Amino acid sequence: MDIQFNEVSYTYQPNSPFSHQALKNLSFSIKSGSYVAIVGHTGSGKSTLIQHLNGLLRPTAGAIKIGGFQHQAGAKTANIKDLRRQVGVVFQYPEHQLFEETIKKDIAFGPRNFGVSDEEIERRIPDVLKAVNLSPDLLERSPFDLSGGQMRRVAIAGVLAMDPKVLVLDEPTAGLDPRGQQEVMDMFLDLHKRKGLTTILVTHSMEDALKYADHVIILDHGEKYMEGKPSEIFVQNEALQKVQLDVPEVIQFIQDFNELFKQNLSYQGQTEQELAEEINKLLRKEEPTDE
Amino acid sequence: MSSIIIGQYVPANSVVHRLDPRAKIVMIFCFVVFVFFANNTLSYAWLTVFAVASALLTQIPLRFIAKGLSPVWFLIIFTFILHLFVTNEGTVLVELFGFQIYSGALIQGVAISLRFFLLILFTSLLTLTTTPIEITDAIETLLNPLKKIKFPVHELALMMSISLRFIPTLMQETEKISKAQASRGVDFRTGPLKDRIQAVVPLLVPLFVSAFKRAEELAMAMEARGYQGGEGRTRLRELVIVKRDWLAMLAFALVIAGLFFFRY
Repeated sequence: MDIQFNEVSYTYQPNSPFSHQALKNLSFSIKSGSYVAIVGHTGSGKSTLIQHLNGLLRPTAGAIKIGGFQHQAGAKTANIKDLRRQVGVVFQYPEHQLFEETIKKDIAFGPRNFGVSDEEIERRIPDVLKAVNLSPDLLERSPFDLSGGQMRRVAIAGVLAMDPKVLVLDEPTAGLDPRGQQEVMDMFLDLHKRKGLTTILVTHSMEDALKYADHVIILDHGEKYMEGKPSEIFVQNEALQKVQLDVPEVIQFIQDFNELFKQNLSYQGQTEQELAEEINKLLRKEEPTDE
Repeated sequence: MSSIIIGQYVPANSVVHRLDPRAKIVMIFCFVVFVFFANNTLSYAWLTVFAVASALLTQIPLRFIAKGLSPVWFLIIFTFILHLFVTNEGTVLVELFGFQIYSGALIQGVAISLRFFLLILFTSLLTLTTTPIEITDAIETLLNPLKKIKFPVHELALMMSISLRFIPTLMQETEKISKAQASRGVDFRTGPLKDRIQAVVPLLVPLFVSAFKRAEELAMAMEARGYQGGEGRTRLRELVIVKRDWLAMLAFALVIAGLFFFRY
């Protein structure tokens, strides 16, 4: 689904001493099927932004179009439940939302609320379990018996079982060990490709944004600071430093390498292996002239 | 949920904010008692002027206070209507749907709901202008004499400050979980009452789980930092009564004296 933000502003507790404007005149559009990273310092409005995507918050000014849904200031949104079925949100620490007696019931909770039939749920469960890499033996166990990482997988499975068209991820790897982080991110990339999802990833990790996203939006104090292709955004060291963001390690490495060896290497999504080979080739080429 | 201000502290730097919390608690306690002594128009007007003036002194916008008391408005109006229909004193004013409304009922209704309003307004000024931690400190020192009869004053104060400390945390947690569940299709706002009550289960279970987890972590953190209870513990913030507090209490005493003057 195409998503379009048009001059969206959001103020928490307006007309009170606690009034705080979290989003200011935000406009951007996300094409259906793209993988977008939303990056920004703490308090830049990332979490507020994603709560607009499934109608948890209504803009105090401006309008949002999500597929066929109109979500705008001062008007009731039609079919909000339908919107929530199509836009699945994996919140920060999603394992905190588990509550059912068994893992199976918890995964079925979302789709059941949206009126999906029991047979269809039965059909979906093995799929989502496989997607999050959980064993079917666990289905009848209590989610509270699991380890933190497994609980997170169950919670993610619960969102995937809703079969959303748009997947919103709010720092899905926070608090996981490095290997778990890698696995979860690879899983989302796989789902994104396999199901043709529109994926929106909120993250603190420039590495993840560079590696997975094909479009980056940088927020600063509720305003759009930069927007564009990761490979173009993440080379602008000074602009990034202004909003307390770092250049991803790979890019930093390439920049240092170019400076040290007077080379002209550029980053185009190479893996570590490919990069190493390229560097190898570049440096080898130099050797004969030294002799 | 966030518009309810009962128990919420609004930071500012007014005279009322800077008063010693013990002085504030004592004055409010006295006010609560003395409201019941008002018995005529003049004495009620006197107390209303005083309460509203105190509210103005806090520098918190009146509109904000009034809006925050909105859940209580319902109770006040309900009290008023109840009195209107059940009291039968004085002369009959009008007949409504077969009920007779007496002049005495009108006066009684206004008086009781005004009393109710004054109580709520004045007591909410305490929490609006005093941080929870100040209130607990004040209660602990006010209750200190009870230590003589082995009453666990410090433990009580600690329990209070911990529960106060965690109210906003739990509110945030509730909001977070209810949003997560709403995203999974739970509808807390519409539908039959039975469904809405059932919708609370996915909210309460995670909330309890996290509350227990938090309690355990807090206990562990306190032990790790060598907490052993009140014995021999000194304070970071010492409460000291200054001239300002004496003046405020003197002014308050004059207001109460005025009340007894107007009463007759």
